[in-house]
Amino acid sequence: MTTSQQHPATSAPTGAWDGFKGGLWRDAIDVRDFIQQNYTPYEGDGSFLAGPTGRTTGVWRKITALFPEERAKGVLDVSHDTPSTITAHAPGYIDRENELVVGLQTDAPLKRAIMPNGGWRMVAGALETYGYPVDPELEKVFTAYRKTHNAGVFDAYTPEIRAARKAGIVTGLPDAYGRGRIIGDYRRVALYGVDRLIAAKREEKASLDAAPSDPRTLEDTIREREELAEQIRALEELKAMAASYGHDVSGPARTAHQAVQWLYFAYLAAVKEQNGAAMSLGRTSTFLDVYLERDLAAGLLTEEQAQELVDDFVIKLRIVRFLRTPEYDELFSGDPTWVTESIGGIGTDGRPLVTRTSFRYLQTLYDLGPAPEPNMTVLWSPKLPQGFKEFCAQVSIDTSSVQYESDELMRPRSGDDTAIACCVSAMEVGKQMQFFGARVNLAKTLLYAINGGRDEKSGAQVGPATGALTSEVLGYDEVTARLDRQLEWLAETYVHALNVIHYMHDKYAYERLEMALHDRAVRRTMACGIAGLAVAADSLSAIKHAKVRPVRDGTGLAVDYEIEGEYPAYGNNDDRADQIAVRLVEEFMRKVRKHPTYRGAEHTQSVLTITSNVVYGKKTGATPDGRRAGEPFSPGANPMNGRDTHGYVASAMSVAKLPYDAAQDGISLTNTVTPDALGRTPEERVRNLAGVLDGYTAVGGFHMNVNVLNRETLLDAMEHPEQYPQLTIRVSGYAVNFVRLTREQQLDVVNRTFHGSL
Amino acid sequence: MAAPSGPDLPPGPPPAPAATPAGAATRRPVTGAVHSWDLSTGVDGPGTRFVTFLAGCPLDCLYCHNPDTRRTGNGKRTSADEVVAEASKYTAFIRAAGGGATVSGGEPLLQPVFAGELFHRFKHELGLHTALDTSGYLGPRASDSLLADVDLVLLDIKSWDRALYRRLTGRPLEPTLDFARRLADLGKDVWVRFVLVPGLTDPADNVEGVAAFAAVLGNVSRVDVLPFHKLGAAKWTALGREFTLAGTPSPTPEQVEAARTRFTAHGLHAV
Repeated sequence: MTTSQQHPATSAPTGAWDGFKGGLWRDAIDVRDFIQQNYTPYEGDGSFLAGPTGRTTGVWRKITALFPEERAKGVLDVSHDTPSTITAHAPGYIDRENELVVGLQTDAPLKRAIMPNGGWRMVAGALETYGYPVDPELEKVFTAYRKTHNAGVFDAYTPEIRAARKAGIVTGLPDAYGRGRIIGDYRRVALYGVDRLIAAKREEKASLDAAPSDPRTLEDTIREREELAEQIRALEELKAMAASYGHDVSGPARTAHQAVQWLYFAYLAAVKEQNGAAMSLGRTSTFLDVYLERDLAAGLLTEEQAQELVDDFVIKLRIVRFLRTPEYDELFSGDPTWVTESIGGIGTDGRPLVTRTSFRYLQTLYDLGPAPEPNMTVLWSPKLPQGFKEFCAQVSIDTSSVQYESDELMRPRSGDDTAIACCVSAMEVGKQMQFFGARVNLAKTLLYAINGGRDEKSGAQVGPATGALTSEVLGYDEVTARLDRQLEWLAETYVHALNVIHYMHDKYAYERLEMALHDRAVRRTMACGIAGLAVAADSLSAIKHAKVRPVRDGTGLAVDYEIEGEYPAYGNNDDRADQIAVRLVEEFMRKVRKHPTYRGAEHTQSVLTITSNVVYGKKTGATPDGRRAGEPFSPGANPMNGRDTHGYVASAMSVAKLPYDAAQDGISLTNTVTPDALGRTPEERVRNLAGVLDGYTAVGGFHMNVNVLNRETLLDAMEHPEQYPQLTIRVSGYAVNFVRLTREQQLDVVNRTFHGSL
Repeated sequence: MAAPSGPDLPPGPPPAPAATPAGAATRRPVTGAVHSWDLSTGVDGPGTRFVTFLAGCPLDCLYCHNPDTRRTGNGKRTSADEVVAEASKYTAFIRAAGGGATVSGGEPLLQPVFAGELFHRFKHELGLHTALDTSGYLGPRASDSLLADVDLVLLDIKSWDRALYRRLTGRPLEPTLDFARRLADLGKDVWVRFVLVPGLTDPADNVEGVAAFAAVLGNVSRVDVLPFHKLGAAKWTALGREFTLAGTPSPTPEQVEAARTRFTAHGLHAV
């Protein structure tokens, strides 16, 4: 917080803050302080919760009636000739008379918008795919007059980056779509009202009015002043958009109903403006709880009405849509938006940040049925109240819609107002953002080490020409020495590409509204990532502990491998293999850190694939661990399917060894267990799952997706999708409607290890 | 305590001398035939558990789902040190999650010295809750000091009908009942396990017999009615043996519930 944000003139709006305690947050923009001073921890169980009202069910039914057509066509409708801005579309409704929380991205539900600032080709490609006309005028605007992010990036890419990208050793880069993974502090709009936020931004801008005297900061200062001007403009547009729905958000929310609505308008403005890969919500439940409890205490609301507000809000979050291309869908399958909401956790003062509204958010999975969005994320700690732990476990068992991340790892590093962006990326709300960097393919890099930088699929020289290994049996030392050189090259090329991407994204597709809901001095991370960790670790273990003979083609390219003997595999809590994975993570992080970053961002990395493990696998030849060419990788940091033979706890223990300090953008583990594998009675399953989450957190595990499912259910859903419209399954870092996955993705999920009880 | 009659005793070491595991460190390493180890949750005793499957079993159950653990020769000669070292990797997890260590099989009491050593070290070195998963047939081989290191016995009473028990297992029932009574005298916590096989173990009299017996013991805190399944059938084929229950169906939920009701009618906690 800075003194420049103080604004006594608006610090005491009449009525809106009645009954709220504390002063710090009144004088400066500080939502965390407001929460800490005013929230009521709840240590009980879920017995107070109310079910859905007829109104809620009616609105939900109205929107779900549109889902089959959307699923069949891919998109329900597209606003194909109006580039989206915060104010571009007239108000839209699902059921105007019955909606409690209003606002849609366009003028009709599920109608998708175009957002050409990211790149024109992506827009045109998507329109053509779904049979919509490409407006020639717009095409001219965004190709001749107005440059896009995508065009900027390709102007500055080097031949080397292009080659690495083409080979698929660096993949999924946000160079043609919105980078996302930025969480605006949408709560600020509810607490302060937009005018107060504008006033604070004006003061920030004024503080930069002095002509820069230091040539090193000259460009930074000018850029920042332009950005602040854009932020202020976006906030004005937010007011105009809310006004079109009949709401005045210039002042703070006075009731819980308004608080939900104001917060949603702020989020809505962000998803009208940006088609980010992940458009996460933040950590809102305990914030809203303060308002709900105030109105409940005053007799203005009943529990049923409080739940209704949350349910209606969640209905809106469930229908956020973006127009994307089939290539994008192949990487991130199932139309995800990552409206991630972080729930629970413990405060730095030791009080649990669990409130009744934490329960109310999870209750939507019963009131409206299971769903992938919003991406319900519980910040887990063994210190959470038992009633909340067991409620979460119950919801997981019933819906497979919840993911868990270690509050114990995040709180010491970014405090107790941290939220997850996307799947596993922790950031302090309103004070931290990231430059999303997708990921590199470690398995392919290992093949480059063996083949002297030649790509095993195309034969092209992509990496440095270190000379192909010619030995009959691969030697561990020779492979690791070459791998080191390939990784050096990869880290350099990768960070270079990311610098180009984020320079251009800031320039041509700046997140005006989201950044308006951040402090001026924001902490930035450069979020690198790795895929294929288990394949690379197992391959190295095979080379070390078994005999691996490359099968070479006429040009000396190793295209297959024969393995003699057994090797310890990652995923069995066996250090011989697990420590190889640990070293790979640490080594790549070390190499990434050598390279300077755009805007001085801190280097981080994730071990996360989302569903791209299938595509990466397809682009990667046979590997020395025995994986066939084209076979999927395991998702995220998961061990390879079927190689973790000692149960899911042993498997999870291997993953927990990966050091969070070398992967602070998150380490993803997806666990699928059959109900039987948690115990014999419903009560003990709940208790045991909560125990497993405590155990995983206690040994330093970061993230766990929990699916409680039988394989037969998934097979049946593949055959009869119409009977499973809401079947939800957690994949790497998010959840999807199983029936919206491609058949290939469905088979990948079905073929993954199910941990049973036999 | 009554020892099983001569012809029914499997070949193997005589009833074990009382193991003195506390002094194990000074003796040569205690080793045993271990089939495998695993981590499980909620199926081998309470919570998340490190389960050691010992190789070798004197029974030859028709419905065995781990027939590959029957022969001692299928195990790998492993020292207790190795097993404890493996288990020790999980103590932090298990302490936070709730759970413990289970020795299963096969039949753990076929290797009483080894099993006793494991229990002693799991309990005293690692501080874990311990469970013995047994048919009770070799109960006499469990010394009092072994049982002192066991917190919970998962006792599989396969049938009340003596003839059926012999048909199912190839062995007599009586040693199991004797062991159950001895555990009751010791006040040892017991979960009775009963596998419900339609057409074999499900007659009313058979279930009723086990229920009535278990109820009077006074130390049975839970009864697991386990529905017969055929997930182990492939292992029989792999061993070149015929799985004679291939045509037997799994019990319906109603059949399982009916069996549970027989146990609960006796005041037992059946799940």
